[in-house]
Amino acid sequence: MSLTAHPAPVDWQKASYVAAQAADSRINVELETEGMVLNIGPQHPATHGTLRIVVRLDGEEVVWAEPVCGYMHRGYEKLTEVRTYPQVTTLINRIDWLGHFANEVPFILGAEQLMEVEAPPRAQWIRTIFFEMARIANITLFLGDMGVQLGALTPVFYAFRDREYVLNLMEAATGGRFHPNYDRIGGLKEDLPRGWVDECHGAMRKVRDFCDQLEDLLMGNEIFQTRTRGIGVIPASVGLDYGLSGANIRASGVDWDLRRDEESPLAWKEVDFKVWTHPDGDSFARYWVRLQEVREAASIVQQLLDGLPSGPIMSKVPKIIKVPAGEVWHHTENPLGEMGYYIVSQGGLGPFRCKIRSASFNNVSILPWLLKGVYVPDVITILASLYFILGDIDR
Amino acid sequence: MTALPLLAIELAWWQATAIKVGAVLTVIPIGSLILVYVFLFKMMSHMQSRLGPMEAGPHGSLQVLAEAGKFLQKEDIFPARADRAVFAMAPVVVIVSTFILYAVIPAGPDLIVEDLDVGIFFALAVSSVSVIGILMAGWSSGSKYSLLGALRATGQLIAYELPLVLAVVGVVIQAGTLSLQGIVAAQAEGEIFGFGLIGNPFIFTQFVGFVIFLVAAQAELTQTPFDMPIAESELVAGYMTEYSGFRFLFFFIAEFGTAFALAGIASTLFLGGWYVPFLPDGLLANLAGPAVLGVKIMFVAFLIFWMRFTFPRFREDQLQALAWKFLIPLSLANIAVTAVLKVVM
Repeated sequence: MSLTAHPAPVDWQKASYVAAQAADSRINVELETEGMVLNIGPQHPATHGTLRIVVRLDGEEVVWAEPVCGYMHRGYEKLTEVRTYPQVTTLINRIDWLGHFANEVPFILGAEQLMEVEAPPRAQWIRTIFFEMARIANITLFLGDMGVQLGALTPVFYAFRDREYVLNLMEAATGGRFHPNYDRIGGLKEDLPRGWVDECHGAMRKVRDFCDQLEDLLMGNEIFQTRTRGIGVIPASVGLDYGLSGANIRASGVDWDLRRDEESPLAWKEVDFKVWTHPDGDSFARYWVRLQEVREAASIVQQLLDGLPSGPIMSKVPKIIKVPAGEVWHHTENPLGEMGYYIVSQGGLGPFRCKIRSASFNNVSILPWLLKGVYVPDVITILASLYFILGDIDR
Repeated sequence: MTALPLLAIELAWWQATAIKVGAVLTVIPIGSLILVYVFLFKMMSHMQSRLGPMEAGPHGSLQVLAEAGKFLQKEDIFPARADRAVFAMAPVVVIVSTFILYAVIPAGPDLIVEDLDVGIFFALAVSSVSVIGILMAGWSSGSKYSLLGALRATGQLIAYELPLVLAVVGVVIQAGTLSLQGIVAAQAEGEIFGFGLIGNPFIFTQFVGFVIFLVAAQAELTQTPFDMPIAESELVAGYMTEYSGFRFLFFFIAEFGTAFALAGIASTLFLGGWYVPFLPDGLLANLAGPAVLGVKIMFVAFLIFWMRFTFPRFREDQLQALAWKFLIPLSLANIAVTAVLKVVM
C-alpha cells in the first residue's frame, strides 16, 4: 500500500455511459407522468355485481391494484344471531346465490353434529345430489360468462339455456329455483316427486352435451387460448399462502378436494369421481378444471341416482330445535371453493355466534398480487377466471 | 347542367345535387336499420337459441323504429367534465365520414353519386376520418374509460388501415383502374379460363385479398374479435360510454352504416358489384343493379356479423401483432404475386 494517492485512471467509456444514464434519468423525471387511477367498479360489467377494484395504470399496464369489498355487505353473520336455526338457511341461501343449496349444507351438517342427530341415508344421498346440482348450476354459468368477459356473446346464452334444466328440476323438488331452502336439521323438507329421477338423468346428459359444446365453441378457440394461456399465473405456493381454494387452487396443481379428503356424512364416498388438477395455474387452467368439474358433477349425480336408497327422509328431531352448548366447525367443497361455518351455541334457539368462511372472499384477496403488471384486458380475464360471486365475498 | 341519362332529362346542378344528397340520406338509415334488424336482432338471437324482438310488427320488424324513437326521446346529457363543443361535434364527424363513403359506391351503370377516377382511394381515405371523431369523443367525454377506448380505437384503425389498403391494391393492379365503376367493368369483361359470359369476379383471383379485406374491415368497424375500443366487459362502451340520446344514435347508425358501406365496397371490389350478366346498360340494369348489389352486401355483411357473434376478442397487443406480423406481409406478398402475374400474363 502506498500512502500517496494517485488519481484513478479515467475510464472514458464508463464515464460517458454514466453521463448518458444521468441525462436520461433527468429526462425521465421531467417526462414522468403520474399514471391514471381507474376505478373498475363498483358498477362495472366485469365485476358481477359491486366489487370495486382500484387500479393505477401506466398506459394500459396495471402498476398497482386493490380490491375494495363491502358494497353489498348484508351482515349475515350478525343476522344469524337473531334467528333460530331453521331460519338461518333462508339467509345463507343468498350467500353464493348461484350455488344456492350448497350453502345450506355445511351449516345444517354443523348443527346436526352439535345436536348429535344424523339424517337418514336417503336424505344424505339426496343432499349430495342437490349439492352437485348446485355446483352444476353455478359453474355452467361461469363457463358461459367467461366467454362474455372475453367478448364472445354467444356461449352465455347456451349456459342459461342448459342451466334451466337443472333449475327446473330443483324447482320441481324444492319449490324454489334460486333459494330452495330445502335442507332441514335431521333431514329434508320433502321427498323427491315422482318421475324426478328419470328426468334428472336426461338433464345430466344435457349438461354433458353442453360441456362438449363449449369445449368446441369456446375452449378450442385460438383467440380464447391466446387470451387465457399464461395470463394470471398463480404458483401453487402463492395460492396456498393467500388461502385460495376450490378450482382456483386445483388449477395450480394442488390436489385438494374436501369431498374426497374430508370425512363427511354426505354420500361422496359411495361414488367414484376424479379430482381434476392442472399444472399451469393460469386462467385457461382454471377454466379447464371447472369444465371437467361440471362433467364430474354430472357423473356423480347419475351414479347417486342409480343407487338412491329408499327409506325416510327425516330423522326424529324435536319440534322446537335447541342446539346444545358447544362449538363446531364444518366445511365442504362448495362450487366456489371451501365454505365453512364455525357455529358457537350456548344452548339457545339460534347460534350465539356464527363465523362464515366463504370461498370468494379469500379468492379475491390474491388480486393485488396477481394484477400487478398485467394489461387492462387481462384484468378482466383474471377476474372472470378467478370466478367470484359478490354475495360470497360480502356476505 | 348535369345530365341524368337514366330518365333522359336535364337537371340543374343544384337539382341533381339535391337528389344525390337525398338518396344518400335515405340509403344510410335504411341500410343500417336493415343490418340491425336482420343481423343484430334476428340472426344473433337465433344463433343464441332465443327469438329476439317479436312484438313490434311482424316478427319484430318494427322494433328498430321503436329503438330509434326511444333514442330520440332520451335526454341529451353532457357530463360535467366534458368539453362541450367537441363532445357535441364528435358524433357528427363520425357520421359524416360514413355519409361521404356512400358517394363513390356504384349501384348501377348510372346510379352513382360521383364516379370519381380515384373512387376507391377516396373511399378508403374518408373512411379513416371517423378516427378523428372517435378520438374527439373519447377525449372530450372527460371519462377514463372513454379515453382508453378512443386511444385503442386510434391505434387499431391506423394499424388496420394498411392491410385494408394493401388488399385493395391487388384488385387495382388487376383492374388497372381506381374508379369503382371501372373495377366493376373490369370484372364484367373478365374471363375465367376463356369463359367470359358471366365475367370474372375478383374473388377468384384475389381470394387472399378478399379475406384480408374482410378481416381488416372487421377491425375498421371495431367489431368482435377486434372490438377492444368498445369492449363492453372491459371499458363499458369505450368512447361511447358518456353518450346518450340522439348522439349515441349517431354513433350507432354510423357503425352499421359503415358496415353497410364496407360490405358494399367489398362486393364491388371482389364480387362483381352491381353487374348482371347478359344485361345491357340501360334502365333495366339500373333497376336490377341495386337488387344484385343488395344481395351481395347482405352476403358480405352476413360474414362480418357471423364472425362478430362467434369469436372472443383479441387483446390490443395481439391485434397489433396480427396486423403487422401477419396481415401486412401477406398482403404485400399478394401484391407482388398479382403484379408479376399481371406483367407476365
